[in-house]
Amino acid sequence: MPMTSPARYTPVAIVLHWLLALAIVCAFCVGLYMADLPFSPLRLKLYNWHKWAGVTILALSALRLLWRLAHRPPADLPMPAWQARLAHATHALFYVAFFAVPLTGWAMSSAKGFPIVWFGVLPLPDFVPKDHDLGELLEAVHAWLAYGLAALVLAHVAAALKHQFIDRDGLLARMSLRRP
Amino acid sequence: MTKLLASLLLAATFLPAQAATLQPEKSDLSFTFKQMGVPVDGKFRKFEAQLDFDAKKPEAGKIAFTVDLASVSLGDPSFDKELAGTPWFDTKRNGKATFVSSGIKPTGPGKYDVAGKLTIKGASRDVVVPITLSSGVAAGSVAIKRLDFKIGDGEWADTSMVANDVTIKFKLAFSGL
Repeated sequence: MPMTSPARYTPVAIVLHWLLALAIVCAFCVGLYMADLPFSPLRLKLYNWHKWAGVTILALSALRLLWRLAHRPPADLPMPAWQARLAHATHALFYVAFFAVPLTGWAMSSAKGFPIVWFGVLPLPDFVPKDHDLGELLEAVHAWLAYGLAALVLAHVAAALKHQFIDRDGLLARMSLRRP
Repeated sequence: MTKLLASLLLAATFLPAQAATLQPEKSDLSFTFKQMGVPVDGKFRKFEAQLDFDAKKPEAGKIAFTVDLASVSLGDPSFDKELAGTPWFDTKRNGKATFVSSGIKPTGPGKYDVAGKLTIKGASRDVVVPITLSSGVAAGSVAIKRLDFKIGDGEWADTSMVANDVTIKFKLAFSGL
């Protein structure tokens, strides 16, 4: 059977994918680490960096969503219909999480009375009031959404590896930073 | 009855000026500082003031102000516990901050510069606090440097994390002023 090279994602989509993958993994790990630190300058620094990263991820995700809506992704590789549906559902949930996780973090910052000043320069508006109980609630929601996003990442990576090494259908080439 | 009331009023008019009394429930003492560019507001819940002031002779006026440092709050109990600790207010050893005026100078209608000594954590600095006085309420703000008073000592002395500038804002309502 002749191997046909599948169409790739656009270069902008590929760069955004890997950049955001890196940023999200870093922000998740820092978030996990900083939450248990004692009150210290390091904790304060990491919280601010985490918030700056989160807002950057939010902005890049908005750009990514617009790009995704304006550019057709490559067609599905041959696979059972349920797998294609599951893949599409995972991708849709990813986009929900790209917005939900940073936005709940932003709201949580406002509710706790520590608004975000992006990179220490640009003050972001508060869209929820300073409220202790609301802050605690948003903290829990932010954490669980982040765990949800982490679970999506694991499923996404497992599926990609299955395509690459079990199905051997060359799926990763569609998102590779190296040109074929 | 009318005569009695009239004589009471007359007596009140000629009584020597009484020291004004602070009305804590109508007063506020707050502060603002920045951590990595983020403005953070806090307040003190307990403070006292002794004011002896006559608008006709402002220069002769005196004010003594005491703040219970353990009543500090950023609105979150976990932060408040940290602020009470040794690097910050060290409230076990330094329960009170005080301001004692040394001179009051009128600068305009209802406006005064109050010079005095501010003491926090055993360190004293001379400060001039501009205030406006209207209908029994003295309001104003003053900027201080937190490191002058070793507030946020040791690892917290890094002003790129927590700025050195702190603005103290107050609104003090007095009865009998």
